[in-house]
Amino acid sequence: MLPSSFEYHRPTTIDEALELLASLGDNGKVLAGGQSLIPMMKLRFAAPAHLVDINRIGGLDSIEEVGDELHIGALVRHKQLARSELITSKYPMIAAAAPQIADPLVRNLGTIGGSLTHCDPSGDLGAVMLAANARVALKSKDGEREVPVTEFLADTFQSSIEPNELLTEVRITSPTGAYGGTYLKLERKVGDYATVAVAARLGMANGSIGVAGIGLTSVGLTNIKATAAEEALVGQAPSQELFAEAGRLAAAAASPVSDVRGTDAYKRHMVEVYVRRGLTRSAELAGVA
Amino acid sequence: MEVTITVNGTAHTLDLEPRQLLVHVIREQLRLTGTHIGCDSTSCGACTVLYDGTPVKSCTLFGVQADGVEITTVEGLLTAAGLDPMQAAFKEHHGLQCGYCTPGMMLVGKALIEENTSPSDDEVRTAISGNICRCTGYMNIVTAIQAAAAATTDAPANA
Ligand SMILES: Cc1cc2nc3c(=O)[nH]c(=O)nc-3n(C[C@H](O)[C@H](O)[C@H](O)COP(=O)(O)OP(=O)(O)OC[C@H]3O[C@@H](n4cnc5c(N)ncnc54)[C@H](O)[C@@H]3O)c2cc1C
Ligand code: FES
Ligand code: FES
Repeated sequence: MLPSSFEYHRPTTIDEALELLASLGDNGKVLAGGQSLIPMMKLRFAAPAHLVDINRIGGLDSIEEVGDELHIGALVRHKQLARSELITSKYPMIAAAAPQIADPLVRNLGTIGGSLTHCDPSGDLGAVMLAANARVALKSKDGEREVPVTEFLADTFQSSIEPNELLTEVRITSPTGAYGGTYLKLERKVGDYATVAVAARLGMANGSIGVAGIGLTSVGLTNIKATAAEEALVGQAPSQELFAEAGRLAAAAASPVSDVRGTDAYKRHMVEVYVRRGLTRSAELAGVA
Repeated sequence: MEVTITVNGTAHTLDLEPRQLLVHVIREQLRLTGTHIGCDSTSCGACTVLYDGTPVKSCTLFGVQADGVEITTVEGLLTAAGLDPMQAAFKEHHGLQCGYCTPGMMLVGKALIEENTSPSDDEVRTAISGNICRCTGYMNIVTAIQAAAAATTDAPANA
């Protein structure tokens, strides 16, 4: 399968990329890992006239803590995320999700910036970043804006990025104190998109839950942030009854459809089960279970 | 667009249309047909090549993206001294039947044992989980990759 013709640009600096994106407007598209865009172009679901390959831009692939934030560069590959010592030691929810994305060959190329911008409701990192209350940095020639992931993941395959913008970084507030998180994914086989998946995290403050995050994958038109469930958790002492209630609230927030992977009722039920298990695991990791 | 791609140690300067996929460049322009096309939809791993040492699906990468990059295909495993230990192990342990998935399996195996000199069953199975085999049931592929790891570690450094 051959994509339609396009012109190829390979900037080596962010400024050069922003200049290109500004002049190309709607005709330009960023190429990162290519693991979603190239298949779409081969199927001719996408036919951009110009591709701006950002893979040779230096400095977009770091994972570092800056002040009280974690900064993940847009070009950080899933494999790099899975192997980062900082991530595996301090960010258990991301560490659990990264090795479950796609298969090892796709993880060698696929990036966090591409995953979020692609805005696939079955994307794993979207749910994780919703649960983490992440923000994305969007740069254009006119400057930078920081957008919460809740706004960025606007609609199915439709992020709120403008054609002249480049996603440069994902930002998360670093956890403090007792903290745990995980990502539970139900898939038919390795490399498959989730039938259902749940990102969950808990942070403790003075003996009760200080922060809670729950994100859902493959059960709606976008990844879903289970806000009512999160609110029900905060300020409470962790318990199985509380986690079961959060599971029910998250299942109510899901709107799955029946397909080859399962019926809507089954998927909704699995949201409830996985939220309960994910919170239980988070509490264990936080040392409060 | 003019690009220079080093394939199995030989630099090739080629004039490519940007939309040409790397797998087509390798098979049709360079006539190296050991790299296979299975699904053509990023799902099977038959088209696996090493991109600066990292296994990737060459059906999901444009040829122009390999400009300045070292690509290794299955043909690059063979040396003047004969079969690579990975090829020898697949032969010895019946790691293939029809051979369609084999180039990808061997290249993924090479990349794995490069960073892990004695991978466990689970580690091998994870590493090859992006590569589908319709014949063998995987058991002998796992054995072959582990045997190649052992042979590579045991071999004297100057061999
Ligand atoms: C077989 C297979 C299985 C998969 N399974 C899963 C799975 O289980 N879970 C999962 O989450 N994903 C899965 N994926 C998708 C994979 O994670 C992709 O890598 C990811 O969704 C897109 O990242 P990319 O870097 O490849 O982006 P690309 O394909 O390069 O780009 C995707 C989109 O984002 C835009 N874009 C990319 N980077 C930027 C940027 N920095 N700024 C602005 N726009 C940008 C592009 O223009 C394009 O519109 C799978 C893919 C395949 C092929
Ligand atoms: S042909 Fe490339 S993954 Fe199947
Ligand atoms: S040997 Fe036939 S597909 Fe693997």
